[in-house]
Amino acid sequence: MTIILLLVATLATIALWWLSHQRLMEKPWLETGPAEAFRGVTAGGMPAEKIALGVFLAVVSSLFALFASAYSMRMHMASDWRSLPLPWLLWPNTIVLFLSSLAMGWAQIAVRRGDAASLRKALLAGGASAFLFLVGQLMAWQQLAEGGFYLAANPANAFFYLLTALHGLHLLGGLVAWGRTIVRTGRSTAARWMTLSVDLCALYWHFMLLVWLAILALLLHG
Amino acid sequence: MGEATAKPLDGRGHAEVPEDDLYHATSWWTKYVFSQDAKVIALQYSATALAAGFVALVLSWLMRLQLGFPDSLSIIDQNQYYQVITMHGMIMVVYLLTALLLGGFGNYLIPLMVGARDMAFPYLNMLSYWTYLLAVLVLMSSFFVPGGPTGAGWTLYPPQAILSGTPGRDAGIVLMLVSLIIFIIGFTMGGLNYVVTVLQGRARGMTMMRLPLTVWGIFTASVMALLAFPALFVGAVMLLFDRLLGTSFFMPAIVEMGQPLGYSGGSPILFQHMFWFFGHPEVYIVALPAFGIVSDLISTHARRNIFGYRMMVWAIVIIGFLSFAVWAHHMYVSGMHPYFGFFFATTTLIIAVPTALKVYNWVLTLWRGDIHLTVPMLFALGFIVTFVNGGLTGLFLGNAVLDVPLSDTMFVVAHFHMVMGVAPILVIFGAIYHWYPKATGRMMHEAMGKFHFWVTFIGSYAIFFPLHYLGLMGVPRRYHAMGEMSDIPLSTGELNALVSVAAFIVGFAQLVFVFNLIWSLRHGAAAGGNPWRATTLEWQTPETPPGHGNWGRELPVVYRWAYDYSVPGAMQDFLPQNQPPSAQATRSAAP
Amino acid sequence: MNNDARWMTGIGVALFGLAALFIASRAADATFMWTGLACAFVSVATIFNLIRISFDEAEGKPPPWPGQAVPYALLAIAFCSVLFHVLSPWWWAPIASNWHYIDSAINLTFWITGIVFVAVMIFMAYCLFRFRHREGHRAEYEPESTRLELVLAVATSVGVATMLAPGLMVWNQFITSPSDTVEVEAVGQQWSWNFRLAGQDGRLGTTDIRAVQPVGNPLGISPADRHGQDDIVVEAEDLHLPVGKPVKLLLRSIDVLHSFYVPEFRTKMDLVPGMVTQFWFTPTRTGRFQILCAELCGVGHAIMRGWVVIDDEPAYQAWLGAQRTFASRGSPNIASSESVAAAGHGRTEKGPVHPAH
Repeated sequence: MTIILLLVATLATIALWWLSHQRLMEKPWLETGPAEAFRGVTAGGMPAEKIALGVFLAVVSSLFALFASAYSMRMHMASDWRSLPLPWLLWPNTIVLFLSSLAMGWAQIAVRRGDAASLRKALLAGGASAFLFLVGQLMAWQQLAEGGFYLAANPANAFFYLLTALHGLHLLGGLVAWGRTIVRTGRSTAARWMTLSVDLCALYWHFMLLVWLAILALLLHG
Repeated sequence: MGEATAKPLDGRGHAEVPEDDLYHATSWWTKYVFSQDAKVIALQYSATALAAGFVALVLSWLMRLQLGFPDSLSIIDQNQYYQVITMHGMIMVVYLLTALLLGGFGNYLIPLMVGARDMAFPYLNMLSYWTYLLAVLVLMSSFFVPGGPTGAGWTLYPPQAILSGTPGRDAGIVLMLVSLIIFIIGFTMGGLNYVVTVLQGRARGMTMMRLPLTVWGIFTASVMALLAFPALFVGAVMLLFDRLLGTSFFMPAIVEMGQPLGYSGGSPILFQHMFWFFGHPEVYIVALPAFGIVSDLISTHARRNIFGYRMMVWAIVIIGFLSFAVWAHHMYVSGMHPYFGFFFATTTLIIAVPTALKVYNWVLTLWRGDIHLTVPMLFALGFIVTFVNGGLTGLFLGNAVLDVPLSDTMFVVAHFHMVMGVAPILVIFGAIYHWYPKATGRMMHEAMGKFHFWVTFIGSYAIFFPLHYLGLMGVPRRYHAMGEMSDIPLSTGELNALVSVAAFIVGFAQLVFVFNLIWSLRHGAAAGGNPWRATTLEWQTPETPPGHGNWGRELPVVYRWAYDYSVPGAMQDFLPQNQPPSAQATRSAAP
Repeated sequence: MNNDARWMTGIGVALFGLAALFIASRAADATFMWTGLACAFVSVATIFNLIRISFDEAEGKPPPWPGQAVPYALLAIAFCSVLFHVLSPWWWAPIASNWHYIDSAINLTFWITGIVFVAVMIFMAYCLFRFRHREGHRAEYEPESTRLELVLAVATSVGVATMLAPGLMVWNQFITSPSDTVEVEAVGQQWSWNFRLAGQDGRLGTTDIRAVQPVGNPLGISPADRHGQDDIVVEAEDLHLPVGKPVKLLLRSIDVLHSFYVPEFRTKMDLVPGMVTQFWFTPTRTGRFQILCAELCGVGHAIMRGWVVIDDEPAYQAWLGAQRTFASRGSPNIASSESVAAAGHGRTEKGPVHPAH
């Protein structure tokens, strides 16, 4: 459970940092008065969607950290663990996902410049490469299955399928949001809406890349 | 998210959305069924949770019939007994308490108390409710499948949860796990909403330290739930894999009834770690909203500021953090490494200190108050009694070696029913009596309320207090019949009968409550906008019940904390949070 | 109190009284009969009072206790709880092991928590009595008192430490078994108990779950391990242990979780398939004690019972002499009595067994 405890400690630190800006030590009954005096601590700058995504990413981190904890505990609790050979396809897949994340970063730049054409291109590139990654993952599964590494044969296999499936599902969810964004580029949407939409997608993409790298590290470690 | 969530991004957040930007329901369906209004969603959550709770209540009667009168009145066999306890436990903990306190009260109170028009993401909020309903329906459907619901106990420990020696092994356990997974997905949607609304939806002037403790409690509990429920999700998914796909996450090599099974190497203790990493925060996920609500009830009805508000906030936050470091106190005798016992006993007993401080502050709020013994106040007092009782027995179970004889006995059953069954339920009742006038515009009938309180409170105490002593004697929990026990006198049968009778009386009193809920809808006395003369924002809405968008044309502006009761020099004994200081001066200057 | 409330209360109390009468009529035990009768009497008295008060009210007399039922109820709950604790016949079984430390720790915790509970109840009752709403009275405005909270926090911490420290010390004893223990194995399966004692060679043979045969080898002793051949297997019968000798119980399960619990020994530990768990104790008096399963293990959970018999030394040796080894069980043709007698003999000669670990 070390991994999840580390994550909880990290999140607790963030929470404490935030709480330390909320005047928790002040005596609120002495602070009667108009809002302006306490402006700094009322509902603040960031759009709600961004905060929501941040909180959601914390939830997803918790989910994957718990899987990672289960992974390492299961590995050490019994001697039946036989690591499976990682299919070579994972490496090109990783590069594709990295490119996907890069394309999303490009989209962020494009939307800030107001360059609609390259925004569309960047988004399409990002989504298509993410899709390609998913197809690649499915092919990696196939490779493994052909090699006789079935799900139930060994916990290492089971964790491999489970973790990749879960990551793929999250990416698939991201593709839904990406679809909504790309539909919006066709319409005349307010610029700040567009920026937010692209920012959220890009943030999610970078996060999914990080999660994938973490999973890869875990699998290599096993 | 539909266009409803479109908001200006000029850095001023949700709170300043003009009323016209809100999503407007256009038909009866979108207004009352697929509504995106947090208040309607709150009522939907509450009604569904209470309905599920009634199923669980009936299940508890079946259980008590079996335990109290095993020879004469029992109508269930041992298979059904285990199915009944499992469903009773899971429904009560997850589908009633969590859903009602966060989905019900959270949805109703957060936007009103922080001065927002609605939740941050109304569409997601609606989706959260319907996902929750789906989870409830999937769970209930397990009553009707061949083999019935699972009888694995609410802890669902593998290996037995998915083996044939346990009832409901075929479909019941699968439906249970699927339902939990759906519930967690639905809750995540709701939880995001509660957290973001508190962070971003607060009205002008509503600093964190001006929030009522109810919001603090629900907010902290939501954050905890968002981080803790994934553990149950992980456990459920992996158990589902073990059950359906033959993996060996939790399943070691097993010879069941002489037949070797295909599993090998898995660890049942791994599941217990996952389950309790969720399960212990879950206790506080239920308790913290109850702590918050009861603070507001006591303060309002004792006409006195909550004593030590800052300490109350700090205690909530500290309990929230610490509750992630105590989970293995459920596992002292599980076979985990014994050295963990030192750590978890220490953290568990440390958490008793902030909890005790909360109790002191509640009773100190009564000191030199002006106590009105209204029905909500009675329930709040009942909460303190049962919570103190149940909390103190927690000091036995949390202290590793004391848990050795007591673990998995009726002592544990008595403890957790007192502390996270009866106590939060009393708060829920108190809160319903307290906020019913706001939600409906009518008061609930007081005499019926008092009757409901006394029978529920005394009755529940009579049910669960004696059970501790069965546990001390060594009666294990989850026995459908005690049979011949060498060390246990026959008189325990009589004790069980008495407890069962008390349980039926308490159960029937709940019918009075339901009748009161429905009867008062039409016949209750008109309440007015602020019948309890409370300070918090939800009582200052222009309409009662609050209309769509809560606040009419203008959002409230907050000038003071939530507990300005009996301020010296003020004309009234309460100052609403949105009352400007100048108005206070002029009013107090007037005779 | 208005008339509606009076009717409601009256009906509720009447129901309660009837239930109490019902209990009293069915009670086989004198305690119960009297409790039931007392409750019925209380409810009759309450109803009588309700009627009396309503007549008084109609005649304009002031009510006898003006609405102070709540503080009295709180005091009554505190008083009855303590009374129940002191008088109830339901208390732990007489101890039969060395773990009286656990009993002392529980008693200490009962004292501390009991005092806190009663104190909180009395304080609440006093507040409700004294600060009940009166016309024209206003509550005091006092947001907090840092000093008071600090004092309370320190006092609570001291109380908690007072309970925690002895708890941790006893826990340390509980998980540290002395060096001279005899190892005995208890194996759970749905829904019965089997046991194994080391044979002549003084050590338990290795086991393998794949070796389990419902008939012949229910414990899964590895047939290849020679240390296992002379192990004494007790299948679905009473386990005998000598009084006064520390025992380390090794616990295994071949199917699901179980828990080995003998209330008189105050100890308990789960049996987890796939691993060996353990605890130790010293039986301190002879007798026959029931083993309960304390971890839900399927429909037969409540009937999964076994017995531990604590014998004095001669009786124990006699019992041991009559047991059969794994080897002799597997091949019933071999006359078993000699080898087992030898096993028993070897044990007495060598004294306590030290397993190679």
